[in-house]
Amino acid sequence: MRKITFCEALNEALVEEMERDPSVFIYGIGVPDHKKIFGSTNHLLEKFGPDRCLDTPISEDAMTGVGLGAAINGLRPIHVHIRVDFLLLAMNQLANMASSCRYGFGGRRGAPLVIRAIVGRGWGQGFQHSKSMHAVMAHIPGLKVVLPTTPRDAKGLLIAAIRDDDPVLFFEHRWLYWQEAEVPEGSFVEPLGKGRILRKGSDLTIVATSWMNVEAVHAASILERRGVSIEIVDPRCLVPLDQAIIVESVKKTGRCLVADNDWVYCGFSAEVAALVSDACFGMLKGPVKRIGFAQTPCPTVRHLENAFYPNAETIVRTIERMLDLPEMDLSGERFFSHENRFKGPF
Amino acid sequence: MIDEAIDIYRKLVLIRRSEEAIRRWYGQDEMKTPMHMSMGEEAIPVGVCAALASTDQVMGTYRTHALYLAKTDDVDGFFAELYGRASSPLRGKCGSMHLSAPEHGMMGCSAIVASAVPVSTGLAFANRYQANGKLVAVFFGDGAVEGGVFWESLNFACLRQLPILLVCEDNGLAVHTLPETRHGYDSITQLVAGYRCDTWETDSTDAVVVRDLARRAIGRIREGKRPGFLRCRYYRYLEHVGINTDFDAGYRTEEGYREWLARDPVDLRRRLLLEQGVPEERLCRIEAVETERVRQAVEKAKAAEFCNQSALYEGVFAGA
Ligand SMILES: Cc1ncc(C[n+]2csc(CCOP(=O)(O)OP(=O)(O)O)c2C)c(N)n1
Repeated sequence: MRKITFCEALNEALVEEMERDPSVFIYGIGVPDHKKIFGSTNHLLEKFGPDRCLDTPISEDAMTGVGLGAAINGLRPIHVHIRVDFLLLAMNQLANMASSCRYGFGGRRGAPLVIRAIVGRGWGQGFQHSKSMHAVMAHIPGLKVVLPTTPRDAKGLLIAAIRDDDPVLFFEHRWLYWQEAEVPEGSFVEPLGKGRILRKGSDLTIVATSWMNVEAVHAASILERRGVSIEIVDPRCLVPLDQAIIVESVKKTGRCLVADNDWVYCGFSAEVAALVSDACFGMLKGPVKRIGFAQTPCPTVRHLENAFYPNAETIVRTIERMLDLPEMDLSGERFFSHENRFKGPF
Repeated sequence: MIDEAIDIYRKLVLIRRSEEAIRRWYGQDEMKTPMHMSMGEEAIPVGVCAALASTDQVMGTYRTHALYLAKTDDVDGFFAELYGRASSPLRGKCGSMHLSAPEHGMMGCSAIVASAVPVSTGLAFANRYQANGKLVAVFFGDGAVEGGVFWESLNFACLRQLPILLVCEDNGLAVHTLPETRHGYDSITQLVAGYRCDTWETDSTDAVVVRDLARRAIGRIREGKRPGFLRCRYYRYLEHVGINTDFDAGYRTEEGYREWLARDPVDLRRRLLLEQGVPEERLCRIEAVETERVRQAVEKAKAAEFCNQSALYEGVFAGA
């Protein structure tokens, strides 16, 4: 099968869906400009014109409400934010309007609205350009939350999100954009609410979100060298959540580590820990462990940024403690960074 | 009088030399922070800050190099932070986008468009409440007026007649997007003038002209007890973020740049001082001194230590 990048996969999904369904349109700050949201909105202006691919004023709050209204009236808007942090300006429209839209209509109308938001990281993005926020959104009933990791999922899940009849928040980690992998040509759907086993194993389950899947796969390959077999579950959607895939895996391995691309406290990792303790209580060989961002705003300077973000090393060290293993020598290991990019495939 | 104009020139030189140093050294990958360069806008913050008292307060955006240096004159602190060193009071946590120095009245910057406007309104509210006579000047781009929060803040400031100067640094661009694509109105100044405040406008690139206008605006704020809105036009020389030009990108032309470059804020002020009879040697001496200050600041920053990693957890809450 041919290989394309995560970014190209997003772009294909957009082109194909806009071709298929004339009610789909895309908008947001910078969407049609020459940088094309890192290339993910390439060709859309040229193919579909300025009525279906449009720039907006810097008015996230209002523009979210505009998308909501357009969705209620039968269009399928895709609103793009180049950083998740800017999406926060629309919190009122999301939490007070979009989330309860269908409920407020007694279920008779809904809002098929997709919101793409990019998670920034590195080169001093700092505390206003690096947030994840998926747990905050997942907390609010009525919003679906999707976090693709692989190029295949980027395409299949985005198509599913566009065809879904309710508001979907679609979070794309910037560092996933460069990876290349096999993606089917033409239209296909990865259903919302289905997780994916990224790697099979028997000793311990890592439930990882977004970029942390890359770190988990790296950590698993390091641990494999000393005979530890890791299974990695990528839930792909926080809402709806594929609980069964997590529970089945942990029932098999007896151990669970959650590596979330977000702050730990009150985060998605706590939700997984609660689920696992409830469903796998008697089968656990040890407590569920969680890793994520340091409980601070994200700093700018590199060595503090490195301390802020967990990586494969953090995962290896945590698992060594969970399995009571001595620390292995990782001095020869090259970890991913802004300069050492992950190019895929998984 | 002339000494003030010369000091304004000195600030312009300091800012320009600092940004030239950034352009020169950025490629070494030691300043790991996104740079939104001020080149082209220098006359605005320098002019407005020259009209402010040192105890007055300012806030800015991510495009904040000129404002920071104009308000603080602290080139050592500036480069220490861009290099992320422990010698910066911000200790590298903030980088180029979030410079602040409250001891100099530099009350911070936000990289979220328009979000410093309400906070500055709150600073002004507190200053009025405490009757301390301080004035607040908040700097923002023309994109900021597209945010609802701008109008909500303006309304409140005008309602409560707060001592605040709203400075719109209008380069006609939001990243790569032109006003035609963003604005359902013709004149921002006319819109704002419908509120109970005074409005002012200039497209001068002479910091002394900007200062004089800001003085009049500030005089009205203090005496008339009304907020002021000052719109200053300028041309952004470089790309939105980064240290390069981008005339090949197609959203604007190099001719536009050349027109504005003919009245570049630094060159223009130099020419005017010479015309007023200031000896060239005096200006050359200033240029040499500021160049040397920048050189030393970069050198000191490069030689300084990083703070240790435990600093990550410090300063989240008071006393911790
Ligand atoms: C609320 C918000 N939305 C989007 C962005 C992304 N963004 C960064 S700068 C910018 C353009 C701002 O233009 P303007 O206010 O005119 O300031 P300038 O960059 O021209 O100085 C945009 C859209 C942001 N920082 N904050």
